This record gives sequence, structure tokens and C-alpha cells, in this order.
Amino acid sequence: MSTSQAIGSEKAIKVMSQSTQRNNAIYARRRLVNGFNMLAATLAMGFGLFWLFWILWTLLQHGLSGLSTDVFTQITPPPGSKGGLANAIAGSLQMTFFGILFGTPIGILAGVYLAEYGERGWLAPATRFINDILLSAPSIVIGLFVYEVYVVTIGHFSGWAGSMALALLVIPVVVRTTENMLRLVPNSLREAAIALGAPQWKVIMYVTLRAAKAGVITGILLAVARISGETAPLLFTALNNQFWSNMNQPMANLPIVIFQFAMSPYEDWHALAWAGALLITFSVLTLNILARWFASKNNSTH
Amino acid sequence: MTTNAIKLQVKNLNFYYGKFHALKNINLDIPAGQVTAFIGPSGCGKSTLLRTFNRMFELYPGMSAEGEIILDSQNLLAKSVDVNMLRAKVGMVFQKPTPFPMSIYDNITFGVKLYESLSKAEMDDRVEWALRKAALWNEVKDKLKQSGNSLSGGQQQRLCIARAVATRPEVLLLDEPTSALDPISTGHIEELIHELKQDYTIAIVTHNMQQAARVSDYTAYMYLGELMEFGETDGIFTAPKRKETEDYITGKFG
Amino acid sequence: MENNQYSAHLKRQMLLDSVFRVATRFFAFLVLAMLIGILVSLLIGAMPSIRHFGWGFLTSSEWDPVTEQFGAVVPIFGTLITSFIALLIGVPISFGIAIFLTELCPPMLKRPLGIAVELLAGIPSIIYGMWGLFVFAPLFGEYVQPWILENMGDLPLVGFLFQGAPMGIGIFTAGLILAIMVIPFIASVMRDVFEVVPPMLKESAYGLGGTTWEVVRYVVLPYTKTGVVGGIMLGLGRALGETMAVTFVIGNSSIFATGLFEAGNSIASTLANEFAEANGELYLSSLIQLGLILFFITFVVLSCSKLLLLQLKKQEGRSS
Repeated sequence: MSTSQAIGSEKAIKVMSQSTQRNNAIYARRRLVNGFNMLAATLAMGFGLFWLFWILWTLLQHGLSGLSTDVFTQITPPPGSKGGLANAIAGSLQMTFFGILFGTPIGILAGVYLAEYGERGWLAPATRFINDILLSAPSIVIGLFVYEVYVVTIGHFSGWAGSMALALLVIPVVVRTTENMLRLVPNSLREAAIALGAPQWKVIMYVTLRAAKAGVITGILLAVARISGETAPLLFTALNNQFWSNMNQPMANLPIVIFQFAMSPYEDWHALAWAGALLITFSVLTLNILARWFASKNNSTH
Repeated sequence: MTTNAIKLQVKNLNFYYGKFHALKNINLDIPAGQVTAFIGPSGCGKSTLLRTFNRMFELYPGMSAEGEIILDSQNLLAKSVDVNMLRAKVGMVFQKPTPFPMSIYDNITFGVKLYESLSKAEMDDRVEWALRKAALWNEVKDKLKQSGNSLSGGQQQRLCIARAVATRPEVLLLDEPTSALDPISTGHIEELIHELKQDYTIAIVTHNMQQAARVSDYTAYMYLGELMEFGETDGIFTAPKRKETEDYITGKFG
Repeated sequence: MENNQYSAHLKRQMLLDSVFRVATRFFAFLVLAMLIGILVSLLIGAMPSIRHFGWGFLTSSEWDPVTEQFGAVVPIFGTLITSFIALLIGVPISFGIAIFLTELCPPMLKRPLGIAVELLAGIPSIIYGMWGLFVFAPLFGEYVQPWILENMGDLPLVGFLFQGAPMGIGIFTAGLILAIMVIPFIASVMRDVFEVVPPMLKESAYGLGGTTWEVVRYVVLPYTKTGVVGGIMLGLGRALGETMAVTFVIGNSSIFATGLFEAGNSIASTLANEFAEANGELYLSSLIQLGLILFFITFVVLSCSKLLLLQLKKQEGRSS
């Protein structure tokens, strides 16, 4: 002990005798490195914004000139003649509607299970894990899946197949937001309802879910935003149609019409593709902002 | 060092969080080589005052300080004073242990490397010296490469003290350094404060009045952003000049 | 009598309770079943091709619908290289954006800029593709590519990467557009994990005189390491499976490319281009097998990402 202390004090003397002058050269270099990196970070932010604005600007530039009432009233034309996107818009709306209609209840109920019953057992953690993977899984593979199990079985492409593919994309989004939102509901609220003797299903349906309503709606809005721009899962399910169609036939939809028209060599098809792109992007961005606004409004009232 | 030498001189200091007037016209001389304790109820501004001494408040928007704080005949609040250099001179230890996510050795060298270029041997000496200063050397000398998070709470806090000491600051700010520790670790830290005041000027914020009485030479009592009373600790605790101070110290309020 | 009614009511409620419970459990199980269903259906669809080509499918770079010779090397390689380019460009930029949003940004701009970055993620991928093909590629091919070809084409070792015709489209362009698409995902995960670093830990580093960069580099980044890697893997998962943007600009060539500026193909773009027109069982099932491979790769990457993020959450739980 005494020797180690002696060594210690020897070192202490050595340390105290080291120059106390802080090295200005080191500091100057550090400031330079810091300044450079902070500049780089600011430029990175500018880089991100630059693309956003460039893309939006391009869309406005090319899309606005193509927008006219024809776009909403005429169906997709053959090359060289006038027309619009009416059947594609209608097809997209129908498939999105049914996709949400099928996907939302499944998503909400699965989300309820994860949040309300998912404390024990293997099913909830496994589902949560898989759900997060499905959330980012390639949408084209979802299209392949629906092709395999539905299109092949009934023998032709159809609007229903498209809706199914979209519904499969909706489910993980709704599961995730429903679970998150239900978890934000304070336990005291559940306990208060149970203390009144309410059965659990009533507590969940009439108290907990209702308290989380705004959050769940936010999730549904985000899901609509997600699927209304999706192209890949519709490629082998809804396919496309030049004319009006019912849900049991191949069905026109905006993303695929944009894809087909943009890849074609015809100028007038390009113009329609830009108009469609403008429509889709601004609807999706509006939905995104709406969802955020809805969520923040809800947060501030609590 | 004479007891009369002034290390930090606070002159007409006002502090604002946005529109809230958090410190009201503070005037205070902190003597060199002594321990000065700041006591007062929660929200009285004692931590805020401490955080003006190294301009930590500047990290957050909407906070501003007016007035002067003189350190070594320079107003440290002046824009011309480099804030990083200032912080190298004025070390700080926080309410909770904050070991960096790296080895014990690297925790100590982090601050040293910022301003000095030392050889490996010199650096080893510095690490040992700092850890001895913080009375931690014997406990960690065989595991310097282990993560700082592997230590107990009390050891982590001493590591943070060693880290602050290693850069050889002139002033050491302790913001409720024992509030997250058990009584035994608290005892260790208090002993350490006694040792450290030989080399450093120490300012400590504490909730615990016994602690202030035990470790400090001078005590400042603050209330609602004002400095109510300041003087030698013995005087404050045995014969407070103001009624408010007495009420707080005797536990009638607070 | 009254008592009887009461207990009947109770029984009904208990029944409803268990029905409700079983129903939610069923739908939770359905999500799990979806994954299994995808795997099984793709496996069945790919069976003819698996039987016919065996492991050779993974090592052959031939893709010829006429002679019905199919190998996955070109699309797999295209998928991996475009995603790699996307990360190479996207990760440093995302890191910069996250630093800017957490450390440098004036508080007034924090929310609008955060939303702007997230909107970048909201733009449908087909728009990226169209914009890349019609706006970006011509400019890139006319102004940037010739310069790169001239100045970097002769570099030793890496020079061969920068050869090919300045057409604007190709593997590099696809990677660049993917980079723009994954930046919002990676940047928002990084920002979120940077924001959970305890302020006191950062103050300790600032308190020793550290600069913003040093605090981020030596304290914030090591503290959030697993989260950051998880975010990058999430971005990678997105890039691997992205279809439309890549299909527009990669050039769609099933010949093995030797330079970054040449046309190529990714798994997703091959599927998008050829699936609807594929005839013949072997052709179709080879495409499905490609889908299966894609699903497998993204599954592994996303699982790693998820596991890392879960680990971070556990750590947080311990330290607080």
C-alpha cells in the first residue's frame, strides 16, 4: 500500500510538472474539423431538400399543363387521340377503397390483440416481429403472392386481386399504429371501466379503442397514402385496362397507366402521365400532412 | 492561497428562460481554493446559476444571461470568450453519473486529448493521476479497458469526477453530484470534495443541507431567483441573518 | 328467477368475451400466416425452376427466354450493387441530416424540416422513376457523366467502373435515385435515436470543452450505435425491394455489366418488366424464384435491423 502510494505521488509530481499550457494548435485543428463537419451536415440537409423541391417543381412544371377537365372525364386514349385518365382514377379509387375496407378491420383486430392480450405467450412477440418485417417487405413480392394464390386460381387478372394486394399492404401499417395508439391509452381508464363490471370486449370496443380513435384514423390515413402510390403490387394483379371495367375484370389504375404511358414513345401519353403523376403525388402528400395534422391535433388535446 | 483571493466574481447577473426571469440581479464572490455550496428549494435558480459559470445554458435556445461573471479578470459571458476553452477551464459533474459509452481509460483521456498532445506514457500517468485523485484507482486499475458502464453507480460518479479533474480545470462545478447515490457512495464523494479543494475552486449545488454543512466553506441561500444570503457556512447555519434562511435551514419550509 | 336471468346475462358476456379474444387472436395469427403463406406459395410457384436448374440458378448469368436458360446472377448482382451504391451515398447524407436536425437546426425550423424529409419518403416510387428517366438522366448523361468518364475512367484499379456510354441511365443512376429514396428512412431513424441520448450525457462532453462534432462522433454515435445500424439496415431493406424507380432508370439489360454506367437489371425490375408477358411454365417459375430470393434477402436484412433496434430498446430499459 505504502509503495503504491509512493509511486502514485511520484507520478503526481510528474503530471503536475507537465506543461499546463493548453495546446492551441490542437484546438485550432479541432475547430477546423468541427466547422467542416457542421458545414457538411448543413449541406446534407440542403441536399435532401434540394431533391424534394426539384421533384415537386418538375411535377408542377410538366403536370399542370396536362391537367384539364378531360383528365377527369375522358378515358385513357390510344396514342395520338385525345383522352383523359377517368377510368384509371376511378379504378385507383375503387381498389384503394376495397383495400382499406378489407385491410383495416383485420389490422385493427390484430393490433388490439397485440396491445390488449399480448402480454404473455409466443404469438404476440412473433406477430409483432413479423408485422414489422412485412411493413418494409418488397411490395412486388406481395403482388407475386396474390398472383399465385388468387389470379392463378380464378384464371385472370382483376380489380379484386389488386384490392387484395393493397389490403395486404394496409394490414401491417394499421396493426402497427393501432397497437402503438392503444398502448398510449392510460391503464387507469381500462381499470375504471373494468371496475364498473364491464366485460373486457366492451371495455376495448367502447372505451379503449374510442380513446385511441384519432390515432387509429391517423394510421388508416397513412395506409391510404401508402397504397395509393403503389405500383408494383398491381402489375400482376389488377394489370390494366383501356376501358371502364368492373372489379372482376382487369382494371385500369393511375400508377400503372403512368408507368405504361411514361415508358411509351408518344408525347401525348407522356403529358397524361405527368398529369397523373402530379395528381398522385399531391394526393399522397396531402394525405401525409393531413395524417400528421390529425395526430398532432389529437396529441395537443390530451 | 489566501482565503481572500476571489476566483469567480458574479456581477449584476440576470438570467432569462424566454420571458421568465430566472435569476435576479445576482452579486457574489466565489473564493479560490474553497468549497462554496448553493442551497435553496427546487426551482430557486441554484442549478441555473451554476450552469452560467460554464455557459452550459447556451446549448438550449431561448436562454440568455446578462451581467458579468469574471474569471481570471475576464468576463466569461463575453462573446469573445471561446466557450470550448472556457469549459476546459471550468469542469462540471452532473446529478447522475454520465460515463461515456467507451472504456474507463478512454473516458478519462477524452477531455485530455482535446487540448493536449501527450505521449502514451504521459497519458498513462495522467489517467492514473486522475483516478487516484478521484479515489478510484485501486478499484479499477486492472480493468481500465472495460466499459465505464460496468462500474457501480458510485464508482461511475467518481469516474466522472476523475474525468473532469484529468483536464486540470481551475474551477469544478458539482450539480447535486450525490443525488442519485447511496449513503456510502455519497460519503466517498464528500471525502473527495475535501481532498480536491486543495487544488480547485469548487462550487456545489445540493438539496441536502447536512451535506452543505459538511463539505462547504461558504454557503449561498437562494430563493425564487434571488440570492438571499451568502457567507461562511458556519455563520449561515448557526446564525442566519435573514428569517427566510433560518426557516429553510431549520426545515420550516422547503 | 331474477337471479337466473342475471347469471344468464353473465354467461353471455363471458362467451362474448372469449369470442372477442379468440377473434383478435385469430387475426394476429393471420399476420403470421401471411408470411408463411408468401413463403410457401412462392416456393410452390418456383418449384419447376428449382427442379430444372437446381443450384445452377444461383451461379448462371444467362437469362434467355428464347432458349429457356435462366440464371439469377445478373439480377441478384444488380440488386446488391444498386443497394450498395444507395447506402454509400445515402448513409453519410442521412447522418448529416440527422446531425443538422438534432444539433444545428434553429428550433423554429425543426418541425417543418423534419416533415419535409419525411415527405420525401411519401413521394410514390413511380414518381422517382419518372423524374429520374425524364429529368435527371438526360442532365446527368449530358453534363456529369462525360466529365466523370474523362477524368476517372483512366484511374488505376477503379477506372473500369467508370466506363460505358454516357446515356444517363444505368446501374449508377439507379443507385443514386435509390439513395434519395432511402435517405428519409435512414435519416428519421437516426434523428429519433439521437434524440434519446440523455441531455446530461451530451452536456458532460460539452462540459469538457468538446465541439459539436466531437460530442456527436465520440458520445452520441457510440451510444446509439445499434439504433443507427438498425436504421441503415431498414434503408437497405427498402432499397433491395424497390421496384418502380429502379425499373425506369436501370436500363433493363440482362447482360452482365462491367461498368457502373452500363445498363443492368435488378430482381424487382426484371419481375416488373417480364412477369406479365412471360409465357411458359419454366420462364414464369424462374421469375417467381427470383421473387423468392428477393424475399429471402430482404427478410434476413430486415430481421437483423429489427433485432438490433430491439436490443437498443432493451439497453435503454436497463439504463433508465
